Amino acid sequence: MSSPVKRVIALPGDLIVIDKNISIEGTNLYKLSENTYIVTTISIQDYEEGEKKRIRVVSLKGRYIPKEGDVVIGIIIDVTLSYWLADIKSPYPAILNASDYLGKSFNPALENIRKYLDIGDVIIAKVAQFDRSRLPTLTVQDKGLGKVIGGSLVEIEPSKVGRVIGRKKSMISMLTEQTKCEFVVGINGRILLRCPNSDLEYIAILAIKKIEEEAHIIGLTERIKEFIINEKVKRGLIRYETE
Amino acid sequence: MRQSKPQLIINGKRIDGREPQDLRQIKMEVGILKNADGSALVEIGGTKVLAAVYGPREVVPRHQEQVDRAIIRCRYRMLSFSTLGERKSPAPTRREIELSKVIREALEPAILSTQFPRAAIDVFVEVINAEGGTRTAGITAASLALADAGIPMLDLVAAVAVGKIDGVIVLDLNEVEDMYGEADMPVAAMPSLKRVTMLQLNGVLTPDEFKKAFALALEGINKIYQFQKEVLRKKYVEVEE
Repeated sequence: MSSPVKRVIALPGDLIVIDKNISIEGTNLYKLSENTYIVTTISIQDYEEGEKKRIRVVSLKGRYIPKEGDVVIGIIIDVTLSYWLADIKSPYPAILNASDYLGKSFNPALENIRKYLDIGDVIIAKVAQFDRSRLPTLTVQDKGLGKVIGGSLVEIEPSKVGRVIGRKKSMISMLTEQTKCEFVVGINGRILLRCPNSDLEYIAILAIKKIEEEAHIIGLTERIKEFIINEKVKRGLIRYETE
Repeated sequence: MRQSKPQLIINGKRIDGREPQDLRQIKMEVGILKNADGSALVEIGGTKVLAAVYGPREVVPRHQEQVDRAIIRCRYRMLSFSTLGERKSPAPTRREIELSKVIREALEPAILSTQFPRAAIDVFVEVINAEGGTRTAGITAASLALADAGIPMLDLVAAVAVGKIDGVIVLDLNEVEDMYGEADMPVAAMPSLKRVTMLQLNGVLTPDEFKKAFALALEGINKIYQFQKEVLRKKYVEVEE
């Protein structure tokens, strides 16, 4: 990254005072007064100089809060007569209606819902509705959504999902290119991998864990790429890499 | 069973060699428990407190949930081996139940609980070794653990006790000073907002003494607060190296 960015770690209680020339963004800020903000979670604070001065505060930790339209990976934790409850790593379990999953009306008197999904099954779904007063509802009526039948699941901190994807998907496309794995990233901090072999899968998991650990350090994509190449050489998958 | 009161101030120094305005030695660590969302271990002198935070998560039992905010539950406990002499019964005592409430109320103003309606945040404070000032160490540790769990907070809460022993206002009482002193006043505050979240007073202080003690407490709180921030920051810098 070449843009002049000053990065520090901000902690709860840190005050940020801005003036007219500086814009500020971040979801974890509390406005104390007209030009004073409080950082509320452990975050990285980027200060970008240049024509437009701006401060960006990105949380390093925190629970996933559902948002309409998010693609999440859930695990079924409960089955009722006409809907499933899925754990989506948020404070609230999500509802997936049987009629939505099947795409037609569902009569619990005629069919057993467990035939389709049972406790422990993994689903890729989209948050259809959430307003904090009721449980979030999921839908699988879109391309690429539905029950997962293969692959492996990695869990990371939800606030670091953005880093795994990277700016303009740079990180995820680099990972795909280097490991030949197929990634499905759930915004709630679950990543599904489908890999050609176990060596590459292992390297991909190591790389994701490394991204999670070092999410706050500048120059991440390059470092991870180097890391993957080194791991591949170590495992004898390639002899060397020419750039 | 009170033994005769020892002399607490000798030649201007306290029983453990500190000056009246000195804190005991502090050691803090965060993120030490893998299963908890956030955790912290705080040692202040001989007092050693472990705090763990879980949540925000679903409320069980359901009837406790609040529609407009997350409920905060706190449990303060002293482990059976934490005290001197006879083993402490593991059943929660009156004192532990009260301190659970006191710690919860000291943390509540800092936590932005309205961001998680119908959820629960659980705080567990376990005293591993008790040597005076367990409630203040508990608050300090719990607020570190909350920050480590990524729960949005207005500020970190730091706490310390002040008291009067042999007529002298002192900071951060240890067990002996607490037992034989004339007054004991634990204070918790959010330093960057300049707000006090807890203040208790046991014993008698004149208005002047109170002002002096309160100022001394805030000074101590500031030192602990800086220490808290340093520890949290260090956790992320360490990875960098």
